Amino acid sequence: MEKLIAGLLLLLVLALPARAQDAFTTALPGLAGGFSEAAAAVEQLGASADPRALPVLRAMAEGRLQKTPEGALRVPQGDGFVDPATGQPADAAGAETVRLNNRVRQALRGALGQLQIISPDAGERLAAAEGVFRSRSAANVPLLEAALAKETVPRIREQMELALAASQLVGTEAEGKRSAIARLGSAGTTEARALLIEARIANPDMATAIDVSLAAIEQTLAIRRAAETLFQGLSLGSVLLLAALGLAVTFGVMGVINMAHGEFVMLGAYATFMVQEACRGIPWLAPWSLPLAVPAAFLLAAAAGAILERGLIRHLYGRPLETLLMTFGVGMILQQAVRSIFGAQNREVTSPAWMQGTMMLPGGIAVTQNRMWIIVFGIAVLLLVIAAIRYTRFGLEMRAVVQNRRIAATMGIRTGRVDALTFAFGSGIAGMAGVALSQIDNVSPNLGTGYIIDSFMVVVFGGVGSLAGTLVGALTLGVVNKVLEPYAGAVLAKVFVLVAIMLFIQRRPRGLFALKGRAAES
Amino acid sequence: MSASLAAPAPAGAGRMTLRLVLIGAMLVLAMLPVLNRLPPDSALHVSDFIVSITGKWITYAILALAIDLAWGYAGILSLGHGAFFALGGYAIGMHLMRLIGPRGVYGHPTLPDFMVFLGYRELPWYWLGFEHFPFAILMAMAVPGLLAGVVGYLAFRSRITGVYLSIITQAMTYALMLAFFRNDMGFGGNNGFTDFKELLGMPLNTPSARSTLFYASLLLLLGSLWVCGRVTRSKLGRVLVAIRDAESRTRFLGYDVTQHKLFVFVLSAMIAGLAGALYVPQVGIINPGEFSPGNSIEAVIWVAVGGRGTLVGALLGAFSVNALKTWLTTVAPDLWLFALGGLFVAVTLFLPRGLIGLFQKERR
Repeated sequence: MEKLIAGLLLLLVLALPARAQDAFTTALPGLAGGFSEAAAAVEQLGASADPRALPVLRAMAEGRLQKTPEGALRVPQGDGFVDPATGQPADAAGAETVRLNNRVRQALRGALGQLQIISPDAGERLAAAEGVFRSRSAANVPLLEAALAKETVPRIREQMELALAASQLVGTEAEGKRSAIARLGSAGTTEARALLIEARIANPDMATAIDVSLAAIEQTLAIRRAAETLFQGLSLGSVLLLAALGLAVTFGVMGVINMAHGEFVMLGAYATFMVQEACRGIPWLAPWSLPLAVPAAFLLAAAAGAILERGLIRHLYGRPLETLLMTFGVGMILQQAVRSIFGAQNREVTSPAWMQGTMMLPGGIAVTQNRMWIIVFGIAVLLLVIAAIRYTRFGLEMRAVVQNRRIAATMGIRTGRVDALTFAFGSGIAGMAGVALSQIDNVSPNLGTGYIIDSFMVVVFGGVGSLAGTLVGALTLGVVNKVLEPYAGAVLAKVFVLVAIMLFIQRRPRGLFALKGRAAES
Repeated sequence: MSASLAAPAPAGAGRMTLRLVLIGAMLVLAMLPVLNRLPPDSALHVSDFIVSITGKWITYAILALAIDLAWGYAGILSLGHGAFFALGGYAIGMHLMRLIGPRGVYGHPTLPDFMVFLGYRELPWYWLGFEHFPFAILMAMAVPGLLAGVVGYLAFRSRITGVYLSIITQAMTYALMLAFFRNDMGFGGNNGFTDFKELLGMPLNTPSARSTLFYASLLLLLGSLWVCGRVTRSKLGRVLVAIRDAESRTRFLGYDVTQHKLFVFVLSAMIAGLAGALYVPQVGIINPGEFSPGNSIEAVIWVAVGGRGTLVGALLGAFSVNALKTWLTTVAPDLWLFALGGLFVAVTLFLPRGLIGLFQKERR
């Protein structure tokens, strides 16, 4: 009898470590087997919650796991290999990569998720929750519940809850399904919608609850779409604003029609390109070439503007039609000159790293970084222009000359100099617009032609001589364009906007064409 | 915009000389297709190239005349006349497409190739009637006239003048260009119309067709010159000049400025449309590029170079600038845009009355 008990005890002692090892070590060799065997092994490893399984499965998912001809596994580590079963360095002579199929890959995604979800690293846990959400298997429910109980980071909790809901939805427990449906309904994503639509077919008894959740998702999505359209519209609007602000000064305030305005924008874009090329050789400066390009573009375009005003335009004051034709000719010459110097092909201006990528706003609204920066830049330039006109000596003189040239002259203002500076200022703003446009458009000699008509429309629509009008006009045109685009297509939306402006002018001819400045006198 | 650009009509003897020069030039033009028929080794032989390019220039001259009528006499600087020209071209282009019939690549009895390609089942309603030549010619005048009427009515009624009108008309041609680039407009999209076979029973691209079209263009030029001359010399023409130089004053004197301007704008658009209708069969293609704002403004510079406010100046400008263009684009293509841009600057700054003005000064 004692012998028997001793024997049982011995067995128990022997069995304890064996059982503890079982989950990992028993499943491990399965990885080297056939596809279905490997998939089953992967799933077992995932359920084991054993930290040793993570590097093995990760190596497998990345296609680095090797198996020797004898069927032993080898994980590459540093220059050599280790045996995952023992954790000791081992020889991998004649080993070949463990191959995967879709079934195994899917199992791997789930298993990696299960293992990562208890990782101490927050980023890894988040990624894991997303992985489990996609792999969704009812088997993950206890795992997620355990992980949720310990989780404290709200962002990760949310993703885990969604993953839990997705897993519960394919389970068998009715109560879990109901709470899952409600949870997914509040998620408001297309993935959640897809899950619910699938679940609706599988669970006809819960159709009403699912429909309620689906309606909630549709609503969230509609709001998000509207927000994204609005953002795109604002982004286009700020591009138009940048292109039109310079015109608002030269055309709106001075009353000089400058058809070469688009070419000043183009000069600004090429200045950006040149600054980028100049900074290329200096590693610490290269990421900051874009901010450096802003003053460079301003100065280049402003210099061109000052030369144009002093050399040509001033001889044609009071003759707007001639000014129009003459500046158009100047635009042609500038275009052809740039084409001769830089070539007709597009020049590459790269966005700095801090402007690349997509940003998530609250509510899951995706915005691209460079568009975001252009909006910021547009507002900054607008404020700069307003400040320059309102609060500087130059702005004061400019307003004085516009209001009454002769009296301004008798007060000692050198009106010719103010004319030149004002025109240079407006042209410089066009150059700064070129910096922004180089980020979203091709830098080519005819960059400006695409924007000139739109810019005039903005100035005319918003009200000549009014900076606030330019802002409102630009943003309105941008948003209306983007709202119409899904229904009518980009080209037709543009045509429609042009026609709408022509009709709008019928209603508000005075308000919009109320001329101030020199042209009003003639 | 009251800047005085009143070009005084050349007086007495100067006027006679001008008329003689004009008649002489017309006779030389009329001789070109005849000289083309001479044997190639003859000293007076004129090449096919000269005949076809001069025929094209004549249609350009008609367009310049139309622009001059509106700009030089009524002060309406339209930067969208290229659109009227192109619309006229599209109207005749539709007729030419219908005449291709089953000879297209796809061999469809009625549908043009591009429609078969785009999966049309039948002709769109706005293509009906274009198989008849008179209808197509009527449309080549009516469509530009109607467009000018609508745009002009809306613009003149709200007293949009000067540069604002220029920008509006430029936006108009830009919008039309964008619209015609679309495939689902039913006008061939990007590629437009080409591969024409015949017109009025005569195969295109033969010497006889070339000279017929040449003479038709010359006739239209003389006809337009006569019409414009009648208009500008009438009382109506005087009112137009008054509007150009002092619009508000003319309005306060009791003239209906809107109607006068509308009349001349529509007439000018119709002439431009007819010019386009003669242009397309000669060059054998029409595509949305003809609507590009650059084309319209280039046509304006012909008038400015020649001398606006004189009908002869428009013709002179159209021929001389295009001759320069043809020469420069073969000799030094890169220089052409510099030269054109330079022309814009030089003419506005130094030659406000154009080449004709130069002529007049020398005379005085």
